[in-house]
Amino acid sequence: MLNRLILPELGEGITKATIAVWHAQPGEYVQESDSVVEVVTDKATFHVPAGVSGRIKEILVREGEEAPVGGALALIEPGVKP
Amino acid sequence: MGLMDYGKAWEWQKKTVSSVMNGGPATLLLCEHPPVVTLGRMAKKENFLISPDQIRSQGIRIVAVDRGGDVTVHAPGQIISYPIFNLSDFGRDLRIFLDQLEHVAIDLLQDFGIVARSVEDERGVWVGQEKIASIGIGVKKWVSFHGMAINGNTDLKYFTMIKPCGLDRPMTSLKKLLGKEIDRDQIKQRLIQKYALNFNLELL
Repeated sequence: MLNRLILPELGEGITKATIAVWHAQPGEYVQESDSVVEVVTDKATFHVPAGVSGRIKEILVREGEEAPVGGALALIEPGVKP
Repeated sequence: MGLMDYGKAWEWQKKTVSSVMNGGPATLLLCEHPPVVTLGRMAKKENFLISPDQIRSQGIRIVAVDRGGDVTVHAPGQIISYPIFNLSDFGRDLRIFLDQLEHVAIDLLQDFGIVARSVEDERGVWVGQEKIASIGIGVKKWVSFHGMAINGNTDLKYFTMIKPCGLDRPMTSLKKLLGKEIDRDQIKQRLIQKYALNFNLELL
């Protein structure tokens, strides 16, 4: 089962954000509370936590691209590093 | 705090962010930086008006940082505030937080008889067509860092090296608007009051 990394609600009237930096790449393992990606909106950078421990399966939105709030940014395969 | 190296302030921020994440109290650092150019996550090369090497040859460091926004410069006389707040206590809303920061600056400037305003679609605080305060924040686990820079007695010549925030509009300062040096401690004292008021904080 793959877990979708979702762009969370950032505030009223904020409907989208731009991907600034991915801190993890496909194949890498992340911890639940790790900042996986930084998104930018307005004059704020927001660190999105993994939400689940596991391996990054696929990045769906690349750096510089926009994503809607509630949209999936990446797929994470839950699990622990072998 | 007086003049504080950017790197030292960054170390302080990281330490304080982790303390606030673990339930520590909202903390505000006020300081000034020796001249330093910082690049936000949206920084573009074309916003350098002289080459990075020319900037470095004047002994000014260029630092990439994880705040929102474009390129900016900090220099003595500019009052920097770093509010390390848990935004979970303030409604978890980036837009409201940025609005509140602008209000802090607007209230402060009002005390000095300056009518300032925020502008739709362009963060910061403005006096007429000129910008007096810049904002750029980072948020991790809903704890804020980086913050706001208000030009008190800032030598505005530093803003000719870059296009601050990528904008073509000029910067101004309290000193320029009032035609005299302003007591920096007075600015800082009032700034603390405005933060307390706008964020309903108890001063310790």
